[in-house]
Amino acid sequence: MTTTTTGLGSAADVLAVLRDLPGVDQVGLEARAAALSTRSIKKGAKRTAIDLAISMVDLTTLEGADTPGKVRSLAAKALRPDPSDPTCPQVAAVCVYPDLVATARAALGAAPVGVASVATAFPSGRAPLDVKITDTEYAVAAGASEIDMVIDRGAFLAGDLLKVAEEIVAVRAACERGDGTHAHLKVILETGELATYDAVRRASWLAMLAGADFIKTSTGKVSPAATLPVTLLMLEAVRDYRDATGRQVGVKPAGGIRTTKDAIKYLVTVNETAGLDWMTPTWFRFGASSLLNDLLMQRQKFETGRYSGPDYVTID
Amino acid sequence: MADHAVPPTPLEYAPAPESRSIVDLEPSYGLFIDGAFTEGTDGGTFKTVNPATEEVLAEVTEATPADVDLAVAAARRAFRGWSRMPGRERAKYLYRIARIIAERSRELAVLESLDNGKPIKESRDVDVPLVSQWFFYYAGWADKLSYAGAGSNPRPLGVAAQVIPWNFPLLMLSWKIAPALAAGNTVVLKPAETTPLTALLFAEICQQADLPPGVVNIVTGAGDTGQALVSHPDVDKVAFTGSTDVGRSIARAVAGTEKRLTLELGGKAANIVFDDAPMDQAIEGIVSGIFFNQGHVCCAGSRLLVQENVFDEVMERLKRRMATLRVGDPLDKNTDIGAINSREQLQRITELAEVGDAEGAERWSPPCELPSSGFWYAPTVFTGVTQAHRIAREEIFGPVLSVLTFRTPDEAVAKANNTPYGLSAGVWTEKGSRILAMADRLRAGVVWANTFNKFDPASPFGGYKESGYGREGGKQGLAAYLQEGETT
Repeated sequence: MTTTTTGLGSAADVLAVLRDLPGVDQVGLEARAAALSTRSIKKGAKRTAIDLAISMVDLTTLEGADTPGKVRSLAAKALRPDPSDPTCPQVAAVCVYPDLVATARAALGAAPVGVASVATAFPSGRAPLDVKITDTEYAVAAGASEIDMVIDRGAFLAGDLLKVAEEIVAVRAACERGDGTHAHLKVILETGELATYDAVRRASWLAMLAGADFIKTSTGKVSPAATLPVTLLMLEAVRDYRDATGRQVGVKPAGGIRTTKDAIKYLVTVNETAGLDWMTPTWFRFGASSLLNDLLMQRQKFETGRYSGPDYVTID
Repeated sequence: MADHAVPPTPLEYAPAPESRSIVDLEPSYGLFIDGAFTEGTDGGTFKTVNPATEEVLAEVTEATPADVDLAVAAARRAFRGWSRMPGRERAKYLYRIARIIAERSRELAVLESLDNGKPIKESRDVDVPLVSQWFFYYAGWADKLSYAGAGSNPRPLGVAAQVIPWNFPLLMLSWKIAPALAAGNTVVLKPAETTPLTALLFAEICQQADLPPGVVNIVTGAGDTGQALVSHPDVDKVAFTGSTDVGRSIARAVAGTEKRLTLELGGKAANIVFDDAPMDQAIEGIVSGIFFNQGHVCCAGSRLLVQENVFDEVMERLKRRMATLRVGDPLDKNTDIGAINSREQLQRITELAEVGDAEGAERWSPPCELPSSGFWYAPTVFTGVTQAHRIAREEIFGPVLSVLTFRTPDEAVAKANNTPYGLSAGVWTEKGSRILAMADRLRAGVVWANTFNKFDPASPFGGYKESGYGREGGKQGLAAYLQEGETT
């Protein structure tokens, strides 16, 4: 394996780091996540949390039926989540397939909303490496500011951890733009297929050592997608990784987060696990589609004191 | 990382207080004797306060020896009918009580937090659900007593005198009353002086459940009342949970009589963290082991034994985690650590912690603002502690953790067992064989593996050495209220 961006070096070193990671006790991890879920976030704290959550949304459409029209309306929603309220924050990014990146970028214009693109034979990742790299290069050339890649779960489960790491390093290289900047790389672990928490911790570290800017739970195409215990574990991983290396990595739970109540549980977990430094769209994102409208309805309730209903928020 | 780096947004939790309005507090309470609330014989009263604010919650009656006489007599009269009632009929009453506790759980939780100072999240999510479970569990035993390990035709003992502490007022009541009633005994229970209110609400629940008069009697008071109760000539069984000192005097009072005795006393549990522990969960376990219920827990993991090669890492992680603990209003749903139960207890904690300072141990607390009124103690950890320190030997009964190190499993066992107590212990390791080997060798009534402070009505609980004798919970807890009958 080539030298990783962390400078942690050789394959043997990487494998040693992974071997030395502490185990995860399933019962204890899930109990901690459940305890964090009982935090009561009310009044001003809830208002703050809703706006923060909106600003962290990667507004997503990943369907075979996606069209330029669909992506343009998604982009419009990203720019003006609540057309009736100009104080409503914009989302962090829209998330589309590579062939629709250019459409999304054009629709967003110069607004500070990113375009994230899933690449690397999303969602299965079952394609040769050069296909994955071409996929990534295409999306970056079309204007993607962020690439959401999938790891090779087959290789991971078969024990070929170096193959997983080498692919991440190669895709990370494909994110380079030539002017010294790079599209930010989010690495999807597809935790629902990794099956154990120990594997999730190992995969998180493997991705970070190989140069991930973000680690992401799921594609959204596999059940279970994001869960609070898995996200808690990944937040512990980025916290410990920064302590060990000095490099900060972001976390993105994706799939199945549909309500404000759920989003707030995630924010509380970020707040009490990784801490304040991650309480920004720069380092934490929600991969979501229907979540945004629930956040907007809750936000409108603060303005009017009443729940408005689904016809008072826009569909895309 | 993003092209437009956005500064972080702090999330300050707004106050989220649980409403008090669900609780109807009377200005004063009598004694619960023979199914009814009665005034005491000499009208002496004392006040119970909210330890978070020092506000007086209610006046409570001080039961005299004459009152205790009346209560024991009522229990004796009720015993005739209650002990002869078929088990399945007794079970119906216990099920009914369990259901009412579940139905009135919010009221019980709020009152428990008001009177005791524990966070509402604990009274709501731990104490009250367990109380209900305890009654459900023993309701199931009431018609199966011949399988309880006390012979094929076991009989109840008679009248049980029960004295309970202030740290888990309602939970300790359920540990005492549920098995006693299931086995066919009747009881006179004295709640702790500083936390009588949920026991009096429980008395109301007994009325609501149409429990026959005299089966449960509640007498309030302090040490003198307790002494009159346990030394009463007409009680057949004494069950006490509380300090080792009081336990000794009770054992003396009961010595030479026919009374059966169970004692559940103090502890100084070792929570043992090996270098291969599931680290994040071990930190959670250390925190809940010592800070759960402000450390007012007889089985608290107050002695942390850390393998020396991971000591620095554990301390760094523990301090970071302690910095997130929220100390304050017990009725706030986001409070992790509530109030110390009384001025006297705060005094004791303060004094023992000062001993730790004087002995040269290194004290650390996270920055936290304590409320101006009420009784509070910041979560505290002492490092550089050895077996030769008093804070490693004496029960502090507060949010104060002493950290020691060990090198090998043998040394961990030796240090863990080197204590006058032996109520509980914790083992943190990913190695299953080591868990089993440690559990075999630790001289403690409960050994938790990769968890701490977990209770279940089916699981017996009790101590070695100065932590007392007898078991509560499970089949063993039932046998403590039964005697062998004639074999038929």
